Amino acid sequence: MNEYNFAYLDEQTKRMIRRAILKGLAIPGYQVPFASREMPMPYGWGTGGVQVSAATLTPDDTFKVIDQGADDTTNAVSIRKFFEKTAGVETTEETYRATVIQTRHRIPEAKLRDDQILVYQVPIPEPLRFLEPRETETRKMHSLEEYGLIHVKLYEDISQHGAIATSYAYPVKVSDRYVMDPSPIPKFDNPKLEMDAIQLFGAGREQRIYAVPPHTKVVSLDFEDYPFEASKANHACDLCGAEDSYLDEVIMDDAGNRMFVCSDTDYCRSRRAAGHVGRLAEENAA
Amino acid sequence: MYVAVKGGEKAIENAHAWLAEERRGSPDVAELSIAQIREQLSLAVNRVMAEGSLFDPDLAALAIKQARGDLIEAIFLIRAYRTTLPRFGYTNPVETAEMACDRRISATFKDAPGGQVLGPTFDYTHRLLDFKLAADGEVPAAPEGAARREPTPHITEFLKGEDIIQDEPASEDTPGDLTRQPLEFPSSRPLRLQSLTRGDEGFVLGMAYSTQRGYARNHAFVGELRIGKVAVEMVIPELGFAIDLGEIELTECETVNQFQGSKTEPPQFTRGYGLVFGQSERKAISMALVDRALRWEELGEDYLGAAAQDEEFVLSHADNIQATGFLEHIKLPHYVDFQSELELVRKLRREAEERITPKEAAE
Repeated sequence: MNEYNFAYLDEQTKRMIRRAILKGLAIPGYQVPFASREMPMPYGWGTGGVQVSAATLTPDDTFKVIDQGADDTTNAVSIRKFFEKTAGVETTEETYRATVIQTRHRIPEAKLRDDQILVYQVPIPEPLRFLEPRETETRKMHSLEEYGLIHVKLYEDISQHGAIATSYAYPVKVSDRYVMDPSPIPKFDNPKLEMDAIQLFGAGREQRIYAVPPHTKVVSLDFEDYPFEASKANHACDLCGAEDSYLDEVIMDDAGNRMFVCSDTDYCRSRRAAGHVGRLAEENAA
Repeated sequence: MYVAVKGGEKAIENAHAWLAEERRGSPDVAELSIAQIREQLSLAVNRVMAEGSLFDPDLAALAIKQARGDLIEAIFLIRAYRTTLPRFGYTNPVETAEMACDRRISATFKDAPGGQVLGPTFDYTHRLLDFKLAADGEVPAAPEGAARREPTPHITEFLKGEDIIQDEPASEDTPGDLTRQPLEFPSSRPLRLQSLTRGDEGFVLGMAYSTQRGYARNHAFVGELRIGKVAVEMVIPELGFAIDLGEIELTECETVNQFQGSKTEPPQFTRGYGLVFGQSERKAISMALVDRALRWEELGEDYLGAAAQDEEFVLSHADNIQATGFLEHIKLPHYVDFQSELELVRKLRREAEERITPKEAAE
């Protein structure tokens, strides 16, 4: 398809986005305003990630898209097809082969390398938003490093529930400065935010880009006596037997029987290919 | 047994095929043409152009056809298309004082130069279903008068002579561009007006209505409402002068609002302004009311805590493409987050039960 420029956006727009990305990398965790464009998919469906990917991709890249950890969820399929069509880049489902990975709600289980870029789709970039709805206020709070409110919220969780009642989009402090929303990844993924790859976050509707450069300190907010805990379902994957991966719970029948499977479909597939077997793998093979 | 949720690609293809069939409707019924939509559903076309921020009746009609008449979906199609268009430059500001008016009314003066011209309006029609239209929509030609040759002056110009209306000095500053810069707060009046003119008609109407019902009331008179065509001119650098690119239809509304004066401003009439593509008068009037409400700070009025006074609230929520996208995204899978919530609620319940049970055992 040649009616559109490479990766859909015009070069000037891509330059504008790249400037925002570079600024984001220079100030880890800081939300850089950018003039988000209207994309041919709806706001809230990954337009921020799509714009960041469009500005990042080169014709030599290999692109992977996951949603909920899976390559075959409908919106991941739709975004992958969009770039196949508008950029003609090679796409893959294999994490290790991809040079740019766009994700919604997960970080791949496999350790990412320094020649890879992870692009997150972000719905609400502001970690303080649900404590303070006004952008004018939250920007002030960031600039003054005034993060008392979010600690009070976590403290109130503990006093009410006996634990921090945030299970996803768990706030982190980046490079000892900015509090950042890691996008709605499960808190299980938070420890992986310190990685070798470049992490870029795009929020299209809210017109913000932010970034975590490789090897940057990322600390999940907690208290000494209530330390952060990365939790997952207390099971092994029923297909590949992995005990270290984040699991989806699937309802199997009317009796409410459940099975647990890796949310990262590529991780699960490659483990099964290597001969790992889970509790229900035999029956499934049939 | 568990069947992995594969086949998203096939499902998407099939859904699109079914959608196309539904869009067409029964093949026994003649297909709508773009020209039919453009000519006979022109107010829908106008709304799509206004909120899509692109003046092109044929494309808007195409979008309406493709969207099965869902105007927000049509606006979305136009916006997405608009993004891909190269920007050659900026036109000169259009001169609405030079407008060839099809309609021009004032609620503040019984008569004024240029007169009251009702034009093609629903006002004063009795809203009775016209069953004749179901059988035959042909109409006799409307009577025609002689067109006014000279420009029709703005009503507020007459008040200006008396110095009892707030002055709006002309500015040579280039206004910001909402579609090229991220919206940041506090904003500016040009950006507010850009946001309102492409904002959702229902949202802007609701905000305007709230001011009429007392949430930051700013009793507005329609000083003037005019609909008509204006010439669009652009300076071509290679030529060194402006050339006519064509004409567009606009609706302009200027309200005249009561104002008791404030710490900084003497008692005088103040203004709200609305300007919208096409014949879109409900939107233009709404826009003018909301514009006026948002000007409280500039006029030294009190902030009454009303939604329509709150720039960040109004501008952040006026865009229906942003709103509908984010609203509808909750249809997307969220099972990873839901799973983590499940684990959390189970854990909290377990802990709560443990806290309760030993206590009972001790008693």
